Amino acid sequence: MRRWRHGIWTLVLLLALGLGWWLFVPGRLHEPTPAQREAESAQLHDPALVARGAYLATVGDCAACHTARGGRPYAGGRALPTPFGDVPAPNITPDAETGIGQWSFEDFWRALHEGLGRHGEPLYPVFSYTSFTKVNREDAQAIFAYLKSLPAVRQPDRAPELAFPYSVRQGLVAWRALYFKPGVFQPDASRSAEWNRGAYLVQGLGHCNECHTTRNALGAMDEKQRLAGGEIPAQGWYAPDLSTQPGGGLAGWSAQDIVDLLKTGQSARGTAFGPMADVVRNSTQHLDDADLRAVATYLQSLPPRTPAAPVEVARAADLEAGGKLYGERCADCHGQDGKGVAGVYPPLDGNSSVTEPTGTNAVRGVLLGGFAPATAGNPEPYSMPPFAQQLSDEDVAAVVNYIRQSWGNHAAPVLSADVSRLRHTPVD
Amino acid sequence: MAANAAAQTAAPAKPDPMQRRVAACASCHGVHGEGLPGDVKIPRLAGKPAGYLLQQLEAFQNGQRHHAPMEYVVRQLSPEYLRQIADWFAAQQAPYEKQPVPAQTAEAMQRGEQLVKHGDPSRGIPSCESCHGSTLTGVEPMMPGLAGLSYAYIDAQLDAWRTHQRSTDGPGCMVVVANRMTVGDVTAVAAWLASQPPPANLHPLPASAQKEPLPGWCVIGKSEVQR
Ligand code: HEC
Ligand code: HEC
Ligand code: HEC
Ligand code: HEC
Ligand code: HEC
Repeated sequence: MRRWRHGIWTLVLLLALGLGWWLFVPGRLHEPTPAQREAESAQLHDPALVARGAYLATVGDCAACHTARGGRPYAGGRALPTPFGDVPAPNITPDAETGIGQWSFEDFWRALHEGLGRHGEPLYPVFSYTSFTKVNREDAQAIFAYLKSLPAVRQPDRAPELAFPYSVRQGLVAWRALYFKPGVFQPDASRSAEWNRGAYLVQGLGHCNECHTTRNALGAMDEKQRLAGGEIPAQGWYAPDLSTQPGGGLAGWSAQDIVDLLKTGQSARGTAFGPMADVVRNSTQHLDDADLRAVATYLQSLPPRTPAAPVEVARAADLEAGGKLYGERCADCHGQDGKGVAGVYPPLDGNSSVTEPTGTNAVRGVLLGGFAPATAGNPEPYSMPPFAQQLSDEDVAAVVNYIRQSWGNHAAPVLSADVSRLRHTPVD
Repeated sequence: MAANAAAQTAAPAKPDPMQRRVAACASCHGVHGEGLPGDVKIPRLAGKPAGYLLQQLEAFQNGQRHHAPMEYVVRQLSPEYLRQIADWFAAQQAPYEKQPVPAQTAEAMQRGEQLVKHGDPSRGIPSCESCHGSTLTGVEPMMPGLAGLSYAYIDAQLDAWRTHQRSTDGPGCMVVVANRMTVGDVTAVAAWLASQPPPANLHPLPASAQKEPLPGWCVIGKSEVQR
């Protein structure tokens, strides 16, 4: 399952180091004059701009990464796990010494658009700048104005905890040359304004690709497979195909289903859980209806791309054991027919998180249980018991294979070894 | 445990909607929060002060208290929904079930009783009763009871404060108390408490029962939700 091969990384990085030192020019590129600074700061206080920036920062979900658990908003400190080690998100409150208090808009634009820090250093792409580069200057300005309006919090940044050679920032220069093209979103004149708005939000600020696209061994996204689904590195979740792909994608979802999921955390087709529940609770539930509809319009225009692979059928004896467990443990809520109960228990039949190619989500869903996110549209969600303590690896595999191969679902079986591994995957 | 989940979902004629919503909690804590006979480290929730339950739920959310499966389960809940859940468990009635206590020497049991009723002034430990109520069933709205808790749970909590695995906002009362105790004291007090048959009424005393002010180092954390 693991696509990350440290060997290749090491090789490329060592090559890159040579190149990197040569290409990398430290130092700030353009220092604004005092007069420019003054003009900029006056403009940044416009309340309408700040309000728009607050909305856009919510769309970008900046707070989710830039806030430590139980910590002050945007003051940084949360460590983002990557296969190469942890990268802490920095303090982006306007504190002069530990935050972005001394940053000019040009500094901020370079971070968001080019993925470069204030001193020109390349930033790790766990900061979603490969998506944020599509954000236009006006929106970036609004976000900057909003961040500058926050209370300054004094909290020094922690250093990333990466092993050599990933710890050498200059190694990123080669990575960027290969995989990162800065560029603001270019509208497609042959499409509607709504489609273009949706594409801008999904590819840009909403950074849906950062999870919903497969990454290669170097942690980079494959352009041709954008939004076709992918494992989330180092977190043990699978973000499903968001195109109209049948069996694991959004085939059969109406635009309203997509809007419902993003706005309330539940829909007639499934609920948001794992990292997607965080995205809904912190970000998408706050989007206005026009933006949500635009997102749905764009996603519904994406053609299926992955050719349906022939699926191995689980052993009949396993399916029978799984069916028995399902009847005893699951059918009360999800129904013998896998249709669930509208607005209460999600259907498992035709649920793309059940049929996604790896089986990771179904296994973790069963092990961890939990609530759909509490949102304004669904303030008192129902819950599912965690089965980690109640079912063995074999039982979990059996019941998961049953739901992956019953009703209209035809997805590849999981092994009890997969369950055993996922049991020990940390939740955050 | 399966029986809990199944009994709970085999909908009675008019299911209590909250009872169905919190099926996840019930699978560990029991349908009415009565605790789990099979797992002495899972505490009962039924009848505990609502303010205390809410504060603990927030502590699992913000990382002041740790138990990975519980942290995952409460992660997506809003402060308002947590308050409703806390109120619901606080209002539950559930019979008490005795849990096993490892054998102790007579001296240890005496020491335990001493700490509970009189504390140990030489080490700066107030009696447990002075805070947890004369009936040891807690005091509204924030002080939890000690009656009815298992040996293993009390022991694990005192340990968690000593190793800073459990904390609260502000200077936590129990961090101070637990760190003034010796390892022997922890065992003794947990064993004595868990050996007592609890009173029939396990509900906390009214706030007015707290006559003496709490010591200056004991500040009870503030919840995000105004009660
Ligand atoms: C997926 C997590 C994630 C999201 C979402 C995210 N960031 Fe970041 N951000 C990071 C990390 C991690 C870094 C540090 C990268 C490094 O050290 O190379 C960072 C760095 C930055 C920096 C550079 C700060 C410095 O001190 O060098 C800025 C500015 C920034 N982010 C702004 C934003 C804004 C604005 C948003 C929302 C539009 C946002 N981030 C969303 C994780 C994230
Ligand atoms: C932090 C990673 C992450 C980000 C960012 C993210 N998603 Fe997801 N998403 C997931 C995961 C994991 C799932 C599978 C779990 C589930 O079904 O809720 C998922 C599921 C979904 C589903 C439901 C599929 C189903 O079967 O229920 C939709 C629709 C969706 N995401 C849309 C989006 C959109 C639109 C965006 C951008 C605004 C986005 N996601 C951003 C991780 C992410
Ligand atoms: C008490 C009711 C209940 C029982 C019993 C139950 N579930 Fe669930 N299940 C839910 C609820 C509510 C959700 C949505 C909350 C969430 O995703 O965390 C859910 C979500 C899921 C999901 C994720 C799908 C999605 O779209 O969110 C899967 C997979 C799943 N259940 C499988 C099972 C299996 C397999 C069993 C039996 C071993 C089972 N469930 C037993 C209530 C239940
Ligand atoms: C996987 C089992 C599990 C699930 C599910 C679970 N809990 Fe817990 N809960 C525990 C354990 C174990 C502890 C004790 C943790 C410790 O030792 O600190 C605990 C502690 C608590 C406490 C602190 C009690 C006290 O007296 O200090 C509260 C309150 C609580 N749980 C409420 C809930 C609620 C409400 C839910 C559902 C939203 C829930 N729990 C779901 C296992 C679980
Ligand atoms: C100064 C007041 C004070 C004293 C004295 C005190 N406690 Fe506590 N105790 C508290 C408070 C406040 C809490 C709630 C803790 C929290 O919020 O984290 C608590 C919680 C507890 C809990 C956890 C209950 C649960 O349901 O999780 C245990 C166990 C406990 N105390 C045992 C003791 C014992 C044993 C003694 C006597 C040796 C004692 N306490 C003395 C204030 C006190």
